[in-house]
Amino acid sequence: MTGTSPVRPVSRRRLLTGGTLAAGGALTGAAAIAAMRTDRGGRRAAGATPVARVGSLVEPFHGPRQAGVATEPQAHASFVSLSLRAGTDRAALGRMLRLLTDDAARLTQGQPALADTEAELGLLPARLTVTFGFGPGLYRAAGVDDRRPASVADLPAFRIDRLQPAWSGGDLLLQICADDAITVAHAQRVLLKDSRPFATVRWVQQGFRRSPGVEPGGHTQRNLFGQLDGTANPRPGTPMDSAVFVPDGPPWLRDSTTLVVRRISMNLETWDLLGRTDRELAVGRRLDTGAPLTGSAEHDEPDFAATGPDGLTVIPDFSHLTRAHVTDDRFKILRRPYNYDGVPNADGHADAGLIFTSYQADITRQYLPIQRRLADRDLLNEWTTPIGSAVFAIPPGCPPGGWVGEQVLG
Amino acid sequence: MRTTSPFGSHRRSSVALAVAAALVAIGATGCGSSDPSSAAQPSPSVSAGSPAGVVTIRDPWVKAADKGMTAAFGTLVNDGDTDVTLTSAATSASPMELHEMTMKDGKMVMQQKQGGIVIKARSTHTLEPGGDHLMLMDLTTPVQAGDELTFTLTFADGRTQQFTAVAKPFTGAQESYAPGHGEPMPGMSATPEMSMSPAS
Repeated sequence: MTGTSPVRPVSRRRLLTGGTLAAGGALTGAAAIAAMRTDRGGRRAAGATPVARVGSLVEPFHGPRQAGVATEPQAHASFVSLSLRAGTDRAALGRMLRLLTDDAARLTQGQPALADTEAELGLLPARLTVTFGFGPGLYRAAGVDDRRPASVADLPAFRIDRLQPAWSGGDLLLQICADDAITVAHAQRVLLKDSRPFATVRWVQQGFRRSPGVEPGGHTQRNLFGQLDGTANPRPGTPMDSAVFVPDGPPWLRDSTTLVVRRISMNLETWDLLGRTDRELAVGRRLDTGAPLTGSAEHDEPDFAATGPDGLTVIPDFSHLTRAHVTDDRFKILRRPYNYDGVPNADGHADAGLIFTSYQADITRQYLPIQRRLADRDLLNEWTTPIGSAVFAIPPGCPPGGWVGEQVLG
Repeated sequence: MRTTSPFGSHRRSSVALAVAAALVAIGATGCGSSDPSSAAQPSPSVSAGSPAGVVTIRDPWVKAADKGMTAAFGTLVNDGDTDVTLTSAATSASPMELHEMTMKDGKMVMQQKQGGIVIKARSTHTLEPGGDHLMLMDLTTPVQAGDELTFTLTFADGRTQQFTAVAKPFTGAQESYAPGHGEPMPGMSATPEMSMSPAS
């Protein structure tokens, strides 16, 4: 994925001379860039080795917007969807979210949670973020449905959907991301222990991307089809701000966003049957560079009118690129997907796919038109199947001393 | 140490309010602080020129419970130059005792701490599951997860101070209780079942 970080890749020379890495350090990319960002905040002194730095890097928790959306995606994610217990009303939600906010505020900063029974696991945040999402049911339970963003509602059914209840819906989402799997596991454990009096677990989806340092930061992630995924994300700055975050309105909407989580099963067995050319025609992009079939670099603008010697458009009308393409920045969506790779069956067939996440100011205005075009005619549908779907509002962040959701529930 | 927390003055349980109203403690409960470590200010009722140290409590919490016994924990910090002895603790939710854990007949049991809890000068004393703790002996009202309880500590020199602790769901600290010098009382556990009913 590109475009979520305001920081551009920097040269190794600059990193080294900048004193952020020990001499000889081979670390570049996401972690190093994040290191520089972190250093500007004065959060951590330089570590003994670059490797150790990955663990001690800190993402801010407090602020007008929740972390974990515009944050350069971490390597590991757990999406935990909770169903509220009967009786978890507005007051109980306030108690719950104060507890969970406190846990998140501490753990993301590298401190054990209050009453942390595994305190040592709380000391390496590895850019941990905890992002809270509110499903439609939370607003109903709290009696504040008038504060629910209008587009946060069950999506219409698409003909490609094969949705399973086990992967769908939810009242409260905990999106836990870090560059280390143990950190994610510990945060999930702490948050669930404090959630149990108020909610039950509906589903958990765990996913991964490249580990920190494996490739330079700001790179578009590859899914398990081998495709670059997320090239057209809105760029940092104004387009990102206006497309992803609600710019104004009442306190419970300003600086909020919305999230669509779709579990997309990817059939690696039938994908295997395709040759490289067919794979590229289905996507509309080169597999190696991610360049549109009419260009040479990933971020070249696709030329949908260009035709080949056979008179057909170079980028097929049924390609994923054609169907998903959005030119107006205001209607773009921010994708922050994670791969999943479950246990293969006895025949060695993969259980693989994508935890597709889309953040946008308004689901109806931005996500749905794209999804309709894809559902109507996207050749990739031959090899992909949505098997889970959920929508959440991502309420604004909170200042120190506040709690996530206070604008909605306070 | 950063102790920023959402547990400020935004909401206090009726339990906390009842206690707060009964006490004279400027800056203790109504200050709107968002920092739990600063929630426990020394009481101004102490006589001027007292050599006693200044004790604060860091990261206080209480174990949520519907009924029976539960306990409060945290780190007592003595920034002063003299030792300070904590002699009692009180909350409106329950009678309280100061407890310690000790080995009896080959197993760890808790019992009342004779002579109080001493916080050495310029040091800290941790109240934690499995160690010294502030025991709530018999809850008169459920302590629900996320509730905030106000406690009053009384020291040997007579001064008092308050702090507010948040209730955490917690399944640990399953110690047996040995009141007095007798055997652990059957059916008496330091850990009543965790509160699972947010609206009760």
